[in-house]
Amino acid sequence: MCIGYPAAQLSLITGKVMNKYAGILSPSSTLLFTALILLLSVGSINNSWAAVAVNSFSDVEKQLSQRSFDNKIVAVNWLSQTAYPGPTQAKQLLTDLISGRVFYHKKQKTLFLIHDHATGQPAIKLTSTFVVDADKQTVADIETLVIAKKRDFKKVSLNNKLRKSIRLGIAQLDLTSSDAELRQQAIQRLLGNVDPVIQALLRQRLAVEDIENNQTLLKLALAIGTAATSKDKTELLTAVNLLADSIEPTAFSALDNIVNTTTDDDLRQAAQRGLDNYAQSQQIYSTLETLYFGLSLGSVLALAGLGLAITFGVMGVINMAHGELIMLGAYTTYVMQQLMPDNIGLSLVLSIPAAFIVSGLVGIAIERGVIRFLYGRPLETLLATFGISLILQQAVRSVFSPLNRSVSTPDWMSGMLEFNPMLALTYNRLYIIIFCLLVFCALIFVLKKTPLGLQVRAVSQNRSMARAMGVRSEWVDAMTFGLGAGVAGIAGVALSQLTNVGPNMGQSYIIDSFMVVVFGGVGNLWGTLVAGLSLGLFNKLLEPWAGAVLAKIIVLVFIILFIQKRPRGLFPQRGRAAEE
Amino acid sequence: MLNKLFANSMLDTDRGGQLLMLLLTTLLILVPALNLLVPQGHFLHIETYTITLLGKYLTYALLAMSVDLVWGYLGILTLGHGAFFALGGYAMGMYLMRQIGDRGVYGHPELPDFMVFLDWQELPWFWQGFDMFWFACLMVVLVPAALALVFGFLSFRARVSGVYLSIMTQALTFALMLAFFRNEMGFGGNNGLTDFKDILGFSLQADTTKVGLFMASVVALILGYLTCRKVVSSRLGKVAVAIRDAEPRVRFIGYNVANFKLGIFILSAMLAGIAGALYVPQVGIINPGEFSPLNSIEIVVWVALGGRATLFGAIIGALLINYAKSWFTVELPEVWLFALGSLFVLATLFLPKGVTGWFTDLSSNKKSDRNKHLATKESIS
Repeated sequence: MCIGYPAAQLSLITGKVMNKYAGILSPSSTLLFTALILLLSVGSINNSWAAVAVNSFSDVEKQLSQRSFDNKIVAVNWLSQTAYPGPTQAKQLLTDLISGRVFYHKKQKTLFLIHDHATGQPAIKLTSTFVVDADKQTVADIETLVIAKKRDFKKVSLNNKLRKSIRLGIAQLDLTSSDAELRQQAIQRLLGNVDPVIQALLRQRLAVEDIENNQTLLKLALAIGTAATSKDKTELLTAVNLLADSIEPTAFSALDNIVNTTTDDDLRQAAQRGLDNYAQSQQIYSTLETLYFGLSLGSVLALAGLGLAITFGVMGVINMAHGELIMLGAYTTYVMQQLMPDNIGLSLVLSIPAAFIVSGLVGIAIERGVIRFLYGRPLETLLATFGISLILQQAVRSVFSPLNRSVSTPDWMSGMLEFNPMLALTYNRLYIIIFCLLVFCALIFVLKKTPLGLQVRAVSQNRSMARAMGVRSEWVDAMTFGLGAGVAGIAGVALSQLTNVGPNMGQSYIIDSFMVVVFGGVGNLWGTLVAGLSLGLFNKLLEPWAGAVLAKIIVLVFIILFIQKRPRGLFPQRGRAAEE
Repeated sequence: MLNKLFANSMLDTDRGGQLLMLLLTTLLILVPALNLLVPQGHFLHIETYTITLLGKYLTYALLAMSVDLVWGYLGILTLGHGAFFALGGYAMGMYLMRQIGDRGVYGHPELPDFMVFLDWQELPWFWQGFDMFWFACLMVVLVPAALALVFGFLSFRARVSGVYLSIMTQALTFALMLAFFRNEMGFGGNNGLTDFKDILGFSLQADTTKVGLFMASVVALILGYLTCRKVVSSRLGKVAVAIRDAEPRVRFIGYNVANFKLGIFILSAMLAGIAGALYVPQVGIINPGEFSPLNSIEIVVWVALGGRATLFGAIIGALLINYAKSWFTVELPEVWLFALGSLFVLATLFLPKGVTGWFTDLSSNKKSDRNKHLATKESIS
């Protein structure tokens, strides 16, 4: 039993723990282990020639209780390569080690798991307790000490090199895990590691791996290893050809290395082909990413513009308070989150109807209180609504504060959707795009399929005729304005997830919104959507070479010039209503 | 008596203008006298600070009048006149920057401080010539005029009008604001131009210079008013009003509407530029914030409150609102936006013809000339 526990410690192990380890101690696996160690010890010695040899757990204890980081690394490598006493336990120990919970007793030179390094707290001896989870501190049959003197115990100190070995070790252990996802992550982490020991492990894994995805990754990892170490030309060529089709950054650097060092022309050509491929796909994916950014910016613009497309486009009212209605929507989201701080996700969903109602009611109040006296005088409506926007801004400043408020993002909206190493799309942008399309569809539905929509269209096309048919045009005006304002509020909910919520946020969107509506063609919801998306795309496509501010200026100048050419926008309204 | 004084001049029938000219001339003589001749501490003495403040208001008044010229008489609601004002201001600011010479923080003989800070080696081409006062003065009018020419030429020929035009002017000033915020533009970026030392050799800190600038503002306003009055009472002005009230008809009669609009628009931009140039040395700074769309809309409110298509109404509006702003922002800062906002709403709802229109209505109501009142009300909207 070359790997056995030291006799003194063996006697401490209770029957239950013996059971746990029984599988490992069975003859067949012992043989396997011995073979592995013989095989791997060559690697370890290569790794750190000057350092000590570690062959048993007592050696691990000894090495972790001293100062030399190189020796600690040897110990960690032994643990991860032998997976002693079992993969789960070894991983647990390594995880504890890296999170700084492993201490050693200064005199005994043995390891302890300590959660709270203070006098009177328990210290769990680490020989039999590898399986103890961080939160299950009181398993019966483990040897626990009470810390009498704090200074008796010292934390096993780490440095970056050691941390790296520990992480690598965890990855190695995960490689044999039964969880396919965990294995994939482990292979990802080992990708680009050309250490022969690791390569041997990967090769072993490939022999038994049954998930196709993981097989591909493993082959890639092995090819990188071959490319870096092999001297055989045919072997190298196969590896390089495999790498050439990959878009992993590690494959790229392996190929780059070959191009720079090899003297063989065939090989260099093959590697160069791979590099070109890589650069090409990088360009494609970065363009895709730019398009995605553009679409998401475009959705924001379209969302902000949709409400205005109704008030300005359908009703002909220039509502300068539109930005402030967006702001009210964002503040509604903030208030909803304050009301239910434990349920960020739910509060966000509930904010959508709440913001629609809040902004919609304010909108109706504006229409009934001011705008209805000013129909037919568009320029004066502009001034009056601008006054309202100032009042709303100051009101928010007085009620909340002049400072920005932070609105938190629910978990399901943060994070990324990863397609491959080159393309990862953030969820919040994706949701914005979807949300914008949903709002758009809902609006189209309301305008085209509901009685209210029918009346709205009737009044906007021919007010007196609609009145003659019995439509209450005043009521319709109020409802239309409320609808447009409500949609602005919904846009505010979406914007609260992207930017700061503050009293000035409305102003930054008002000009953009007008640009979108005017560019798309007044009175045309489709025009607004197309204009928003295309302006967003245009802006983001310009950004890489013009910079953000200049791109925006170019877009503005473009719209100004475009309107000179086509004063009624992309999709002008036709018919009698357009002649007014 | 007033009528006799202005008899046979072009202000013959312009009662508001007569009053205004009298008031301005009084200011021109009285204010410097009370500042320089009356000893400090005397109750008639006017502080230099007050004079600079008054001078600032007067430049705003000139700006408001230039807006009234295009909005009141031509029917173009411009939401970007602040851009012309700021451009004039920048031209003057560049001259003042060059006057600093080697007295800047970095002591460079030619480059302004911010250029030294940005590690620029030589003066950009568009800064050449601004060390000469006459050249700067020329640019004060020419740069706004050139912008107005290009923008107006394109818009008026394409018959962009009404709300669309308003939004385009707003986009114009917004784009300029973004552009001037960039350091690469070479106009001092975010901080703009400041730290001015002297103008034409006179120190900007000296009381006499401040009084001089105030007098220049008064004179500019008087001359600006006379010019505008001359324009609107000429045939050109009649055509402008006709365009405002029925553009297609004027076109059908055979007038080239675009050219008329363009001419007046350029004149207005030049006046705004002059206002900006007088504003900068009195305030001591010009930065991209002057381009912000909010500023331009505020100018429109001065005109709306004062009364459109009167010229003197715009001046009264600018003075009233700016005085109120100064008072509010000192005494009740958080109420100011409420007050300004309500003013917008109330003025448009209840005073469609502004303060001056209200006064005229009062006096005409006395004569119970109700029909005439209705007629003018319709023509304005």
